[in-house]
Amino acid sequence: MLAAKAIIDQGIHVEGINFFTGFCVEGHTHAIRQKNRAKPKRNNALWVAEQLGIKLHIIDVVEEYKDVVINPKHGYGANLNPCLDCKGFMVRHAHQWMQENGFDFIITGEVLGQRPMSQRRDTLPIVARESGAGDRLLRPLCAKLLAPTLPEREGWVDRERLMDFNGRSRKPQMSLAARFGITEYSQPAGGCCFLTDPNYTQKLEDLWRTRGDKHYELDDIMLLKIGRHLRPRPHFKLVVGREEGENNFLEGYRYHFTHLRPLSHKGPLVLLDGMADKDDLRLAAQLAARFSQGRDAASVNISITEKNGRSYDLDVRPLTSEEIPQAWYL
Amino acid sequence: MSEHTLDARNLLCPLPVIRLQNAAKTLADGDTLKVICTDPGALSDIPAWCRINGHNVIETKKGDKELTITIRLSKPEGRGH
Repeated sequence: MLAAKAIIDQGIHVEGINFFTGFCVEGHTHAIRQKNRAKPKRNNALWVAEQLGIKLHIIDVVEEYKDVVINPKHGYGANLNPCLDCKGFMVRHAHQWMQENGFDFIITGEVLGQRPMSQRRDTLPIVARESGAGDRLLRPLCAKLLAPTLPEREGWVDRERLMDFNGRSRKPQMSLAARFGITEYSQPAGGCCFLTDPNYTQKLEDLWRTRGDKHYELDDIMLLKIGRHLRPRPHFKLVVGREEGENNFLEGYRYHFTHLRPLSHKGPLVLLDGMADKDDLRLAAQLAARFSQGRDAASVNISITEKNGRSYDLDVRPLTSEEIPQAWYL
Repeated sequence: MSEHTLDARNLLCPLPVIRLQNAAKTLADGDTLKVICTDPGALSDIPAWCRINGHNVIETKKGDKELTITIRLSKPEGRGH
């Protein structure tokens, strides 16, 4: 937002590009979970574009992005975050878009030293080089600490009016925001990518491990964001809705999975991902009963609908919390 | 001018906006597009996208589980389109 504003204020026409990878934190989770209903449901990129008075192009890169996540040339960060490859990928796509749409250069909000992987003095040039953007990539917030880029050398941008921010502190950005009259902005350093979230990446690693290869579809990674995930056996796992919003979301997926729901008591929809025999289905039903309002009842009646549409119900004793090993929780 | 419908049910933010953005590219100035969604986030995102791009929201209907937003497209000439 600040980088764009700094350039707009020099009288330059700016349009925004936002890439949808499937791992974006905002939006989905806020919209799904009932407990987050009080939070604004806005897409931050759209909101920022509107505040700046610029157009925004949201680009679906889910398919192309898989290779970044699965085979990152520069490896992962603390979790499954391929930050350097990701930055190179996005700048490469932005560069391509720039060429196709008659624009002259790209700006990003990167700050030297702000992130441990992709925003170091030695990695910033890698992004510029590997993306193909070269010196048409301008970082207005730390430009004065870097070699002049083409827009600066050509005088399209006044380098003197750019910034020299450095390091992890967000104070200079906050002060610049105040100078620009910007009072509302997204949380500084707030994670915007599920790949930096250890709880999420543990579930993604489980998905890859149990499938035997590093592969995913959009539905897979969306479902990892939702519900409580338990793997009681290596060959199947359960996704248990935690509240109404998640149950509504899971309803949209139920025909793709064997699914269970309590009939005698209120309780969540449970999806079963994998293969399950009769004993496995009984165990799944006992777990579904555990997460229902009948958890303390002697017996709970659970409806099971298999993937082939066959439906029946079982009376089961809910498992106790002691009978659910912590290791089942993903 | 013609009327079109976009089914964006069971899609979560920002996919309804992406589908809308892509559909809008194929439609003409003055066409109307009815977008059916289930993601409550669309209530703010679609009008915001319309304001940014100069389109008009002409009707919003909120049902129990679905919402329908009808848009009249205004196709500006210019960069980035």
